[in-house]
Amino acid sequence: MTVKLGVPSKGRLMEKTFDWFAERGVTLTRTGSEREYAGAVEGVEGVELVLLSASEIPRELARGRIHLGVTGTDLVRETLVQWDQKVEPLAELGFGHADLVLAVPAAWVDVDTLDDLDAAAAAFRAAHGMRLRIATKYHRLVRDYLRDGGVADYRLVDSQGATEGTVKNLTAEAIADITSTGETLRANHLKVLDEEPILRSQATLFRSRSAVQDERQRATLAGLLERIGL
Amino acid sequence: MSRAEARDLAARFCAAFETAGAVPVDCDILQSAETLLDLYGEDIRSRAYVTQDPALGERMLRPDFTVPVVEAHMRDGAEPARYTYAGEVFRRQEDDPERAPEYIQAGYEIFDGRDAEDADAAVFARFAELLAEWELTPATGDIGILSAAIRGLETSERRRSALLRHIWRPRRFRALLDRYAGRTPVPATRTALLEAANPMAAAGPMIGRRTEAEISDRLVALREDAAEPPLSDGQVDLIETLLKVSETCPYALQHLRDMEVDLPALRPAVDRFARRCDRLAAQGVNVDTLDFEASYGRTSMEYYDGFVFGFSAVRRPDLPPVATGGRYDALTERLGQGRTLPAVGGVIRPDLLLALTEDRG
Repeated sequence: MTVKLGVPSKGRLMEKTFDWFAERGVTLTRTGSEREYAGAVEGVEGVELVLLSASEIPRELARGRIHLGVTGTDLVRETLVQWDQKVEPLAELGFGHADLVLAVPAAWVDVDTLDDLDAAAAAFRAAHGMRLRIATKYHRLVRDYLRDGGVADYRLVDSQGATEGTVKNLTAEAIADITSTGETLRANHLKVLDEEPILRSQATLFRSRSAVQDERQRATLAGLLERIGL
Repeated sequence: MSRAEARDLAARFCAAFETAGAVPVDCDILQSAETLLDLYGEDIRSRAYVTQDPALGERMLRPDFTVPVVEAHMRDGAEPARYTYAGEVFRRQEDDPERAPEYIQAGYEIFDGRDAEDADAAVFARFAELLAEWELTPATGDIGILSAAIRGLETSERRRSALLRHIWRPRRFRALLDRYAGRTPVPATRTALLEAANPMAAAGPMIGRRTEAEISDRLVALREDAAEPPLSDGQVDLIETLLKVSETCPYALQHLRDMEVDLPALRPAVDRFARRCDRLAAQGVNVDTLDFEASYGRTSMEYYDGFVFGFSAVRRPDLPPVATGGRYDALTERLGQGRTLPAVGGVIRPDLLLALTEDRG
């Protein structure tokens, strides 16, 4: 049996992952037509490349269907309950940097900290008869962060895309989203709270703790990890 | 332990509650997510299962019976009323996967505003009686004493309400107390904001539902708060001393009576505690050995705002409490949109009792 390595199937994340492995003597390539998700591995025997959507990689690792996978820390922490018992981070790859942050309208000059957000949420609920809405797709991470921060009187609304536009469209009062430069936030008249980000994420190589390994796979895995210097 | 056994035990408890004057009540498993979210906040999502109905919208598998029982009572009940129920509740266990995601609860609720302490005692005494054979350790508390202390603090109304709002979030409560006492530095952003001649100058366009007037109101509030003198060390000490009260009821009562000298606002709440002790004794509870902890129920029981209690198996610290309950007037007030509806009650988990029986072999 081969060792399965899951890599994001498109975009910069895929290219950068290919580069990272190439620098360490392992060549990953896509094969077949542009649209076909098939790949090949050269430089080490017995490893199979599986191209997947970055958001599916955490789950595939947790189920043990792939042995290794490259994805963002944000997706692993959001998708997997008790993530550290299911996967082990082996290496941070140094790209795909993004912070999960809470942002509010820049016009909220009175809100800079979680303490302020909590006070604003209380007043907002009293004035509008509804909880202050925060749009995000990272429900678990944001909820845990706000619980630790002791923020009450808010509620999360789901937003799978164009989250920065929700405030202007009156479907949320604040947002929690991934940002790398903050430019989109600024363009949408939002500002990041003056707090530690909810999470600092980057592309990371994870090992599944549940994928079954026979003798040969164990040897292959050890060989691959040695090859890439881990 | 089988489900049938748990069901039988629950039925036995319900029958006992019926003997005590309760009417059986049946509740839907699918509850309005909107109602529960509005009451308990976003945290309920991490504890309850949410499902979608194309016509009814988001539904939640009932995480407890409190809300549906209160709703049923408000719909067609007349005061005073006593109810009993039994059935499955559903809880997601993200942080404790070894705990059961569904289990049976048997409960007893009293809606009676005539003598609140008597109703408190009636619920606790019935529970103590029914649970006697399992050698459990009861604990009691009273959130009403802590809130009375906060209401009596010598500080602004705004600070008192902020503290009251965070009674159930001890970490935030602590942070607020430290800030009001001047023990933590004011954030740089706050100082800059208060020093700005026109804070709105660089605000940019107004977007979203929160209005400029709301922002101005908060700026006024922040300026007033900055001018407010710090909460004195004596006042902070009072709250800290109060939170540490943990002894048997008679000693706790003595201790609280002593504290009244420095904090007279405590008196009505301590009077209620004293009266509850009398009512408990009258119902056959040995108050002299009953534990009272002033901070009991603060972390897990939001919306319990008076008497709180729990029964735990000391030999099995890994298990959650076998029975819990308390007074939840604040919850009924919110559900009844301002209509007051004094209510006290509690639930028992037969599955945990059966596990304890098995332990004994």
